[in-house]
Amino acid sequence: MNFQAMNFRQRNIQDLVPDLGRSAAAACLIWALAALCPAQAATAYVSNEKGNSISIIDTDKLAVVNTVKVGRRPRGIVLSKDYSQLFICAGDDDTIQVLDTKTLQIVGDFQSGADPELLILSPDGKLLYTSNENDNLVTVMDVATRKTIEEIPVGVEPEGMALSPDGKVLVNTSETTNMAHLIDTGTRKIFANVLVDARPRSAQFTPNGKELWVSSEVGGTVSVIDAADPKVLQKISFDIPGLAKEAIQPVGIRFTPDGAKAFVALGPANRVAVIDVASRKIDKYLLVGQRVWQLAFTPDFKYLYSTNGVSNDVSVIDVASLKVVKSIPVGSFPWGVAIAP
Amino acid sequence: MIFSHFIRAGLLALAFAGGQSFAVHAAPAANPPIDVKVGFIRQQHSRDTVSILDIPAADDGLAGAKLAAEDNNTTGKFLGQTFEIVDVPLKEGDDPLKALERLAGQGVGLILADLPAPDLLKLADAAKDKNILIFNTSAQEDWLREESCRADVIHVAPTYSMLADGLAQYLIWKQWPRWFMIKGSHPQDELFAEAIRHSAKKFGAKIVGERTYVDTGGGRRSDSGSVQTQKLVPVATQGIPASDVIIAADESDVFANYLPYRTFDPRLVVGSAGLKPISWDETHEQWGAYQLQNRFFKLAFRGMNARDNQAWVAMRIIGEAANRTGSNDPKVLRAYIVGPDFSIAAFKGERQTLRPWNQQLRQPILLGDGRMIVSVSPQEGFLHQTSELDTLGYDQPETKCKLQ
Repeated sequence: MNFQAMNFRQRNIQDLVPDLGRSAAAACLIWALAALCPAQAATAYVSNEKGNSISIIDTDKLAVVNTVKVGRRPRGIVLSKDYSQLFICAGDDDTIQVLDTKTLQIVGDFQSGADPELLILSPDGKLLYTSNENDNLVTVMDVATRKTIEEIPVGVEPEGMALSPDGKVLVNTSETTNMAHLIDTGTRKIFANVLVDARPRSAQFTPNGKELWVSSEVGGTVSVIDAADPKVLQKISFDIPGLAKEAIQPVGIRFTPDGAKAFVALGPANRVAVIDVASRKIDKYLLVGQRVWQLAFTPDFKYLYSTNGVSNDVSVIDVASLKVVKSIPVGSFPWGVAIAP
Repeated sequence: MIFSHFIRAGLLALAFAGGQSFAVHAAPAANPPIDVKVGFIRQQHSRDTVSILDIPAADDGLAGAKLAAEDNNTTGKFLGQTFEIVDVPLKEGDDPLKALERLAGQGVGLILADLPAPDLLKLADAAKDKNILIFNTSAQEDWLREESCRADVIHVAPTYSMLADGLAQYLIWKQWPRWFMIKGSHPQDELFAEAIRHSAKKFGAKIVGERTYVDTGGGRRSDSGSVQTQKLVPVATQGIPASDVIIAADESDVFANYLPYRTFDPRLVVGSAGLKPISWDETHEQWGAYQLQNRFFKLAFRGMNARDNQAWVAMRIIGEAANRTGSNDPKVLRAYIVGPDFSIAAFKGERQTLRPWNQQLRQPILLGDGRMIVSVSPQEGFLHQTSELDTLGYDQPETKCKLQ
């Protein structure tokens, strides 16, 4: 356990140092390694699907410190590489808005195509990929010019988006086609389609890039796909005593940076499953708020935030002890979450 | 602004056309390409409706199947599968068996049927041992799934008992257990009324009294109809015993829609009017249904009704089975659909599976007032050892079905 925790920190530093230009911040991170510096306050952004707003949480105070009005039906959100901007899918406005994270003003938008729902940033921060649920398309946009570069036809109701750690493979899940589409980011063409269980919602590569995990909301399973030879290796299913199997609806997936544990949000089962990645066995179910949807780690990977749509709150999970330590009330129907240092 | 929208739509169309041609190359070579032909035998529904909103369109039901065929084809382009509907609309008095024979002659063994229950049963019996699989997209009669159940029929439409139980659970949850029933004089009305009586018994409600509204024929609509109904309905509902709701069983659409706001005493109306239990409604938007409604509106220029949706679900079941099995053979598809691995996502919040004992699709029941969805059953607290969806309708222990 201690060894793993140590491991997180080291990886965390490696991941973050190149991103942080300011030497002061880097210095504090080095202090953090020595555990002498108090935890770095981070900022969590939560999109409120019905509230048409973003709740901003100070992760030290574990409280909402600001709420920003944004476009209609904000769902998927992602931070720019330098954390200066938050990209927000405002589905009912058919646009992706750009929120300046300092001034908290909307400073522009992307003409994303109809009903953007989820989005993902390329590892170099230059491209934004989004799924357009109404048009069966994945749209590729240039972050600097905010122009659409390409539209890639995929299955019916595209939703989940994932990128391989090297950025070479983009994955899109289509909810009614029940497939994970694997797209070569060089050619921007689909090179493989993998059938999974009904209504695939989220996709995520393991940190080593060897496996692709896809959650099927209605099917109630997570498909583990071999990334090198795109085929389903195993389907993980969930069994919670006292809960109807129809209530178990996996959505958001996150891996610890060492790839040892996976966290899967189970929707109306109101739980986050903790899965041992090596054995693909479920270690634990953590009771969170109602209809848990998406997940995000704090930058130090000590905490995992879950958005709970029906109970209008966010649960904070302590990653080391696997305990839910706090519920933070946010806006109406929280959906997406992104956390900046 | 509008102009730029048009340009944008045009660009998207171009992008899409380009994508489709590329997708042909993307089809995996491992699966041999297949063409899935589905016949749709459908009898037009009555245009005599109390509300003009309920007059069926010419493509009633069919439009739902067409949309699902499009959805299946989008998936199919990645698998080398194409889906096609052979539409066989029947006129009053046409023999559905002739339509079945014609389709079988063209090698079409997958049939969507939007037919009255007796015709559907005839079709099922004629199709027996012929490698034909029929999907019932509209008949709600319980007896088709009970004493007259058939192995070559998959029932997508919910039954009267599922609908009545869905409504009953909500009324019990609301603590409105005293119901006064007004039923129509047609056999269909009695079937729904019987399902309501069964629900009352099952969930502990009390039917405090019943009246029959006799259909004396004639048109439903006149230019000054409201003047008359405003006077007639209070008389028809005068002196009914104390109750929480009036529950109408009017499957023939003769009177129920006249009841709300016109009863003698101020009284809620549920059942065939007011708060209605339905499999689908054009106002349903939860669980991603908004996307389906949008796609349907783009295709049909109208809202999706329950029959459209049931046809959509049936065609999607065929698509799902063909995707998973790589086959278009009805007996291969049937084996998958009745097997343990089958489930379908149909925008009602949870996976829908088949009751193996009578091949009825399990599904939540929506409760809508025509403006929006008020609630969705099963209601919280109605528990079941297998699936909470089996709290709706006749359950396995009480089934009379012996599949053959």
